[in-house]
Amino acid sequence: MSSDSTAILDDYKYGFYTEIETDSVPKGLNEDVIRIISAKKEEPEWMLEWRLKAYRWWLKQQEPKWAHLDYPPVDFQDICYYSAPKKKSDNPDEIDEELAATFEKLGIPLHERDRLAGVAVDAVFDSVSVGTTHRELLAEKGIIFCSISEAIREHPELVKKYLGTVVPYTDNYYASLNSAVFTDGSFCYIPKGVRCPVDLSTYFRINALDTGQFERTLIVAEDSSYVSYLEGCTAPSRDRNQLHAAVVELIALDKAEIKYATVQNWYAGDKEGKGGIYNFVTKRGHCRGQNSKISWTQVEAGSAITWKYPSVIMEGDNSSGAFYSVAVTTNKMQADTGTKMVHIGNNTKSTIVSKGISAGKSVNSYRGLVQVLPDAANCRNYSNCDSMLIGGECSANTFPYIESENSSAVIEHEATTSRVSEDQIFYLKSRGLSEEDAISMVVNGFAREVFKQLPLEFSVEAIKLLEMKLEGSIG
Amino acid sequence: MSDTQTYFEIRNLHAETEGIPILKGVDLSIKQGETHALMGPNGSGKSTLANVIMGHPAYEVTDGEIIFMGQNVLELDPEERAQAGLFLAFQYPVAIPGVSVAKFLKSAHDACHPELKSKSSEFLKELRENIKYLEVDDSFINRYLNDGFSGGEKKRMEILQMLTLKPKFAVMDETDSGLDIDALKVVSKGVNKLAGPNFGLLVITHYERILRYIHPDHLHILIEGKIVHSGGPELVKKLEESGYDWVREQFGQEVLVG
Repeated sequence: MSSDSTAILDDYKYGFYTEIETDSVPKGLNEDVIRIISAKKEEPEWMLEWRLKAYRWWLKQQEPKWAHLDYPPVDFQDICYYSAPKKKSDNPDEIDEELAATFEKLGIPLHERDRLAGVAVDAVFDSVSVGTTHRELLAEKGIIFCSISEAIREHPELVKKYLGTVVPYTDNYYASLNSAVFTDGSFCYIPKGVRCPVDLSTYFRINALDTGQFERTLIVAEDSSYVSYLEGCTAPSRDRNQLHAAVVELIALDKAEIKYATVQNWYAGDKEGKGGIYNFVTKRGHCRGQNSKISWTQVEAGSAITWKYPSVIMEGDNSSGAFYSVAVTTNKMQADTGTKMVHIGNNTKSTIVSKGISAGKSVNSYRGLVQVLPDAANCRNYSNCDSMLIGGECSANTFPYIESENSSAVIEHEATTSRVSEDQIFYLKSRGLSEEDAISMVVNGFAREVFKQLPLEFSVEAIKLLEMKLEGSIG
Repeated sequence: MSDTQTYFEIRNLHAETEGIPILKGVDLSIKQGETHALMGPNGSGKSTLANVIMGHPAYEVTDGEIIFMGQNVLELDPEERAQAGLFLAFQYPVAIPGVSVAKFLKSAHDACHPELKSKSSEFLKELRENIKYLEVDDSFINRYLNDGFSGGEKKRMEILQMLTLKPKFAVMDETDSGLDIDALKVVSKGVNKLAGPNFGLLVITHYERILRYIHPDHLHILIEGKIVHSGGPELVKKLEESGYDWVREQFGQEVLVG
């Protein structure tokens, strides 16, 4: 086989750019910029105050350096914090044709006539939401699914009650920044006893140059409700790095269940590591009620830098948290990702399944914390962290932390590292499979446990994405 | 030359791995419908020959040819060799965790026989019949390929693959090693199901006993990368009458373990 193990096709098919007139604020960050963002979104005073408090806190913080990542410092004054496509019409239900075409190209039709069956989509373009589908169906059930900006205006009491209660603005450097300048994202509210009839989905698209995307998503599931939520992301190919710092908060009350799935395919930079998205994300779920369930499933396939630890705080007794992750890094990508499972309630259970796949010259690290508090009796955790290496120049690391303060806890941890071997590929090729199919079979087998957590169409997409990412990467 | 003349032919084959020559001029010709046995001590190059026939990237062919049904095999990638009808039953099959036997066999079948792309239901029916024939448990098809399989299960899996892919020419690389007598009978039964006028087989072995179940038409003895002795029907007849002891006497005890 060829020795050129690093040659990965750089055909990021979402790398196009949409020419569109924008309404942007000048680059840089200060209180005036935050006031402008808040004013553009017609926010109430309390929201602005919250943003400013977050900003003032952020100013006093240092950028965290503990992750196994290497990148030049981010110049926060060289970023544009708000960019929105100019509205051509005053009718809020009318979607701009240019934008609709962009999302169509990304496989996300927004027009009601050809919207995706079984999935309600909120489409976010740079700093604003440009449309949400399936609204009537959801409204009938009392489900609120809209952009966070709209929720702040239309449902201030709900937003005020829950925003920042899982990830406070003092939580960490990037969460503080996000709290100060967040622009859009989704808000979902599932009332008591309602099982959401369709999957809810947000599609994030970064388009404008030198613009940061600071999405904020808040999902609240009332007692005995259920929702499955999907998130997808892409951005144009550019040779300059762009910042994406998101915060996602999930709240599950008694017997509620939230399933949150992400396929992250931000532009990862080119072969030499030039360009790509810096992805600094704080995602956290709070099992606030008894017998509640929260699961995170993620397929991380893009971004130059990934810093992301979707976590679950299990406060309610008998609640459970899960984290299923496939993180694939190629070329010079770097990922430091994992989870935190915090057991506070009795009989709480958590599951962690992490599959890291590294190719090229990439660095892929799993970092996870399992914490059992002193008063949490009979808690269980099962963790399985496997790494697969493709070629000889990449690396994989596992940093598991266990802090158990209650002796009744049962914690299991398994970890393996394997290499896609020449013998495996030869074996499959000798049965008639092409090299690409052989690699894809090995990798999909490896990540199978995670893929089966995804809704079917999503898992098909995720498998295709993985195949595309790893094409030509076996030496 | 007609097909029966040049069904499978190796001419003056030289191959090396990591710069060390292993095969030093192998010649071998197998006609359609024939079964040949290749014997030899450890390190004589038997497995290298099997891997070179299938195109393992760790071996470099430095001279010679392999011709199969008029095609120069050495110009083909391993997957093209499989698609052309060549098959290798591996001595040490590798595991592919997370990939079910059924999914793997369907993909391999469709890759080798694009013209026969069968419906899943028909495919499964045939698969279940083959599994039964090989006396394997039905749950086999949902297990992950070779993952946690015992030695005997792995060998049956190789034969199951052979029955599924229906190759025109197969090489069995010490499939009999490590098998108990019952497993050996099952494996032989599987092989004999494929044997016929449209099939060719090269059985590489180290043990006499498999030859009692798979009756070769020709025998070859490989020592230090060269075939030092070959014989046809007259030799087989001699073997039937007086056994294999003369092989050991002439070429050493390690050529063929009794």
